[in-house]
Amino acid sequence: MHTIGLTPFDWLIIVSYFGFVIGIGIYLRSFTRSHEDFFLAGRKNSSWVAGLAFLSANLGALELLGMAGNTFKYGMFVAHFYWIGAVPAMLFLGIYMMPFYYSSKIKSVPGYLKLRFDEKTRVLNGIAFAFMTLLVSGINLYAMALVLHTFIGWNWDLSMWVSAGTVAVYVTLSGLLSAIFTEIIQFFLIWFGLFLVAIFGMIELGGIDQIFHRVNELYTSVSYTTLWSSSGDATRNGMMVTWSGIVLGLGFVLSFGYWTTDFLVVQRAFSAKDLRSARMTPILASFFKMAIPFIVILTGLIAIVLAHDPKSGFTLLNDGGQINYDSTLPLLIVRYYPAGLVGLGITALLAGFMAGQAGNVSAFNTVWTYDIYQSVINRNASGKHLLWMGRVATIAGILISVGTAYWAKSFPSIMDYMQAIFSWVNAPLFATMLLGMFVWWITPNGAFWGLVAGMCSSFFLYLAVKFDWFAQSLITMSSVQSDMAANFWRAWWAWLICVLVTVGVSLLTKRRPKEELVGLVKGLTPEASDRDVPLVRRPAFYAVISLAVFLLLNIIFW
Amino acid sequence: MSDPRMKTIWFFVGLMLLLMGALTFLAGIYQIFVPPATHTILAESHPNVWWGGLMMAFGAIMYLVDRKQTP
Repeated sequence: MHTIGLTPFDWLIIVSYFGFVIGIGIYLRSFTRSHEDFFLAGRKNSSWVAGLAFLSANLGALELLGMAGNTFKYGMFVAHFYWIGAVPAMLFLGIYMMPFYYSSKIKSVPGYLKLRFDEKTRVLNGIAFAFMTLLVSGINLYAMALVLHTFIGWNWDLSMWVSAGTVAVYVTLSGLLSAIFTEIIQFFLIWFGLFLVAIFGMIELGGIDQIFHRVNELYTSVSYTTLWSSSGDATRNGMMVTWSGIVLGLGFVLSFGYWTTDFLVVQRAFSAKDLRSARMTPILASFFKMAIPFIVILTGLIAIVLAHDPKSGFTLLNDGGQINYDSTLPLLIVRYYPAGLVGLGITALLAGFMAGQAGNVSAFNTVWTYDIYQSVINRNASGKHLLWMGRVATIAGILISVGTAYWAKSFPSIMDYMQAIFSWVNAPLFATMLLGMFVWWITPNGAFWGLVAGMCSSFFLYLAVKFDWFAQSLITMSSVQSDMAANFWRAWWAWLICVLVTVGVSLLTKRRPKEELVGLVKGLTPEASDRDVPLVRRPAFYAVISLAVFLLLNIIFW
Repeated sequence: MSDPRMKTIWFFVGLMLLLMGALTFLAGIYQIFVPPATHTILAESHPNVWWGGLMMAFGAIMYLVDRKQTP
């Protein structure tokens, strides 16, 4: 394909972004004096700042490109990732889990496992999380270089080193604070840089109704424009999954596993200035999360219509006979954006990639420093030493990410393992956290062996299907299925195995006394009542509004 | 972010949108006088002009939010 031509205006926009984020890192350096400032942004953020950062940490460019492409492939069912696959879990985190996380003054999610269970469970999760974040960070970097090389013709090595170097500078200087600042800037850039694609698509095709009508004309036996009405039969929807797979796999295990236990996002809530702000963080983020489909789902549906209209001249890239679904969004940018806007669109994608890497690295340096280095290697480290170690871990993390990116380049199928890695770490961890927070008699040994069994089973199920040890239908319990359906069901089984092993071992091993678990387990912890707080100041009030919007969206697009 | 000497995030968001909006706007004005060789869909509506203007207006609002929050 022809690469996107850039005018001097576009270049100025891209270069100014790089200068801007480095400038922010330098500016915030003088406000980063202690390890708490570096790792937790001083616990001073408002719920708006923490909430936007909470959402943006998840809103990487890889996700935007991937989900727009997935909509082209699977249809509107992809919106489940933004609605049932996010909102209930975010509200549950804000209402039920955050009081335990925030009030125990932990610095990381593995830190909670140490307080609730023991050191070995904390270290196991810390190592798994550190490994996952660096792998994801490197694969993000690889994907970024690939996109820039394919669409703009930039040099692969140069674009990767420049963006990794920029992230290294600002995160090393001011830690989580600069990561949060750049994530919020990224949030606005994504809306201003990419929403116009959806607006132009609607103008060109005559509005949302016309887009839906034309997609329905193209697919008569399979629904690409509904959320639930075609979920009773896997053969009737583009994702080839039933409602039970969506609800149990995505809506329950994968969603709750990610949004309530993944330290990458939860760390942003820990940076809030007080408990109310921490609880409001995921609740506020849920409103913005529900709006993202108006960029990604709409662009995916617009691309379906254009690609099936020979007069439009629009086709997705074809890599050796395989359709490149991820090319959906960049090709629409080429179609609609003139000079200036092209630079803005590319900057939005760049910002997404870089903020995603900064998020992963800032989560990694915290878990490495507190949950591995201080916990296992140097128990008596001073605060000043921990701050120094955080900066060293940042640089080391970036270098390992770059190494992972080169590895991914020479071994592209590593991309296939991404989903396996997520369900390997997050799905069983959610079972451990849920049991740990709500069932007092779960024992340290039960949690540890449950986590080991859940992680191993998830990975085994992935390998078993990959290498045909047994049929995928055994996992999905359906004669038809897609890779996405298999992901949902694998997460569910890993979660269930973790629950069963945790409960079984807990029944046979020594429990911790109840008095040691005060503040960590529901039922043993006095709950602060907000009865005297005005209704409009209560997190639950906003959670109910969010839930109502969520239900309304599901009904409208049923 | 309770350090009174620190600029709020809204200042940086405002500055970024003002800068990028201005560059997008200028690119649009330039293309009115020097039409580009390649034509994009709906280019006749000059989206870089009005979208750049919108970004500048939003950036200015963010700047005002910062002024209001800064003691």
